[in-house]
Amino acid sequence: MKAITSPGMRLASILSVGLLCALGAFAAPARAAGDLPTITAQSWSFNGPFGTFDRGQLQRGYKVYKEVCAGCHGMKFLHFRNLGEEGGPEFSEAAVKALAAEVEVSDGPNDEGEMFDRAGRPADAFPSPFANAQAARAANNGALPPDLSVMAKARTGGADYLYALLTGYSDPPEGVTVAEGMNYNKAFPGHQIAMAVPLFDDGVEYTDGTAATLDNHAKDVSAFLMWAAEPKLEERLRIGLRFMIYLVLLTGFLYLAKRRVWGSLKH
Amino acid sequence: MAHESTYKPGNALSKWFDDRLPVLRLMHDQFGVFPMPRNLNYLWTFGGILTFFLVVQVLSGVVLAMHYVPHESMAFASVEHIMRDVNWGWLLRYMHANGGSMFFLAVYLHIIRGMYYGSYKAPREILWILGVFIFLAMMATAFMGYSLVWGQMSFWAVTVITNLFSSLDAIWSGLGTAIVEWIWGGFAVGNPTLNRLYSLHYLLPFVIFGLVLLHIWALHVPGSNNPTGIEIKTKSDSISFHPYYTVKDGFAMSAFIVLFAFFIFYAPNFLSHPDNYIEADPLVTPPHIVPEWYFLPFYAILRAIPDKLLGVIALFASILLLLFIPWLDTSKVKSARYRPIYKWFFALFVISGLVLGYLGAKAPEGWYLIVGRIATAYYFLHLLVIMPVVGWIEKPTAMPGSITESVLGKGAGGGTPKGAAAAPERR
Ligand code: HEC
Ligand code: HEM
Repeated sequence: MKAITSPGMRLASILSVGLLCALGAFAAPARAAGDLPTITAQSWSFNGPFGTFDRGQLQRGYKVYKEVCAGCHGMKFLHFRNLGEEGGPEFSEAAVKALAAEVEVSDGPNDEGEMFDRAGRPADAFPSPFANAQAARAANNGALPPDLSVMAKARTGGADYLYALLTGYSDPPEGVTVAEGMNYNKAFPGHQIAMAVPLFDDGVEYTDGTAATLDNHAKDVSAFLMWAAEPKLEERLRIGLRFMIYLVLLTGFLYLAKRRVWGSLKH
Repeated sequence: MAHESTYKPGNALSKWFDDRLPVLRLMHDQFGVFPMPRNLNYLWTFGGILTFFLVVQVLSGVVLAMHYVPHESMAFASVEHIMRDVNWGWLLRYMHANGGSMFFLAVYLHIIRGMYYGSYKAPREILWILGVFIFLAMMATAFMGYSLVWGQMSFWAVTVITNLFSSLDAIWSGLGTAIVEWIWGGFAVGNPTLNRLYSLHYLLPFVIFGLVLLHIWALHVPGSNNPTGIEIKTKSDSISFHPYYTVKDGFAMSAFIVLFAFFIFYAPNFLSHPDNYIEADPLVTPPHIVPEWYFLPFYAILRAIPDKLLGVIALFASILLLLFIPWLDTSKVKSARYRPIYKWFFALFVISGLVLGYLGAKAPEGWYLIVGRIATAYYFLHLLVIMPVVGWIEKPTAMPGSITESVLGKGAGGGTPKGAAAAPERR
């Protein structure tokens, strides 16, 4: 084991470990910057190297999104077809068609040059609740409800943050006054958010026997938003595992080859 | 190390080819039998790793470019389109984004290696200077690439960094502003800016490629330095590049790719900022504008200095000074292994770099600012004062007589080339 104990190798490994730690340290404050309240980590089915989405949860999450959040928030990067794709809620083809058909889409111009409305198709994008940002602000006391397509990746804490936000409404603590049209929220940076409490117990009807509690609504829609932001997560983890196994084996073989080739040298 | 060609064409075809374009001869002489010091440690594997990442960036980048749209209102959406609808698009993008980070991790280790073992000293000054140019070009390329995503951090990083040139207004009123507007192609960061950043982001990697070729050429004239800093003197000091270093570099590269793959598959967004998943909005300034991690030390230097113009000068000086260290270092020996005093100062230099990197992500106030100023001061003090002065006063420790002696102990190699233990190139 001469190679491992040589001072050069030691220096190399110390330097690499040092730089790696530094890398982690740089990345951590870069994301923590912003004086955010602490967010508790939840145990999500998609956590860890073997994670997968819970289909039922994503389907319920979509229902919560559609019935509550979609009134104010668009998801412009999602299409109805995505709801049936592998690694997502995996609604059946018929269900996807039916869900798409629930919305009305403006299409055209037709042969007469007129725009017309038609029922949505799987290839259509999720509709936007407002014609433009001005209309969205006008309807929300001047605040703009952001698009939720990549929201789960656009906030420190990801799905944990979303869950904390949606369950974080409370009365303001003693001595804190909340501005007109604002609501107190423990998880939101600055604690005053323009979004009114969106979720509460029995807010959305569940048909699969899951209890329709605020907690479940918040969990389900957060998981749904995580999938929406990272629809290839399952594929990534699946391929990642195979690739890692292959790569670690290859590295091991190359190490043995290296030992062999160099072994003939050092007598 | 320049050496006589030993290439023998194996058959009539390769002979015919060799008489017309001797690339096989070049490969054989430069990467087959090329004599390498026998005592290189794993820090010498980063050159190969860097070449690998240049290739990864170009290949993934060229395919990304087929789907990417450089337009202020479509760029962000096109990146999402790549992530969602392009076959393997998520993999390409995560490879490219994390490949950039790994590229910088490797280049920092490569630079630290060179500085510790004095690889910039004669006869490798030009090799070192080319390396500094590669580093500069990499920084420019990565900065421009990051802007292409057109997220909030992209947009505001471009705004902040391009605005640095406005500090020239302090020298000649209006000069800085004129330069900034010229860079922007308008009165604010916008579509013309994005288009030129894209054009240059596509171009610069090929400039880097050219510089890398020159870098390797310059390397192959004196040959590699080594941990002792003693040049190859006899045959027993060297071994052929193939198979010894092909297999060693291959192993190290494979191990490094494990780390790369870990980030791609298990923490693809860990090294980037969540704000860059928010589409660029010129009307909303993020509370903290932070560059990618690999720029943080330099960003900290910029912000440690209270005066804007001086800050910008310090920022550029911190990199450009590296061009002069072959002459700032006055030591007779190359390797810090035999430099009992300098060794510790060098450790401090690396630590000051790490500290600056940590502080680059913090708001420059209170203790952070004070420590940032101390680390910045040390960074420059090290290069400008400690390198020359310690070189004069320090007495190096005892060195082995030769590379062979450093590996096999006293009595081997060195003065007695004939009796050398291993001469693998004769095998
Ligand atoms: C009545 C309209 C309305 C509804 C319904 C609504 N929101 Fe919001 N939401 C807003 C507004 C307005 C904001 C902007 C708040 C601000 O900036 O203060 C917002 C902000 C957000 C944010 C961003 C918070 C941040 O960190 O910046 C998230 C996440 C969010 N909403 C999720 C949801 C989810 C999930 C639902 C459904 C369960 C939902 N919203 C329902 C109006 C709404
Ligand atoms: C020295 C080599 C290179 C480096 C260090 C580099 C670095 C980067 C970085 C850091 C990003 C931002 C990634 C992100 O956050 O998503 C990026 C994006 C991009 N790069 Fe490169 N790049 C290199 C070469 C190339 C080449 C050769 C091309 C094209 C031929 C290219 C095309 C692109 C495109 C299209 C994007 C935007 C898409 C995206 O963000 O994924 N890059 N680059």
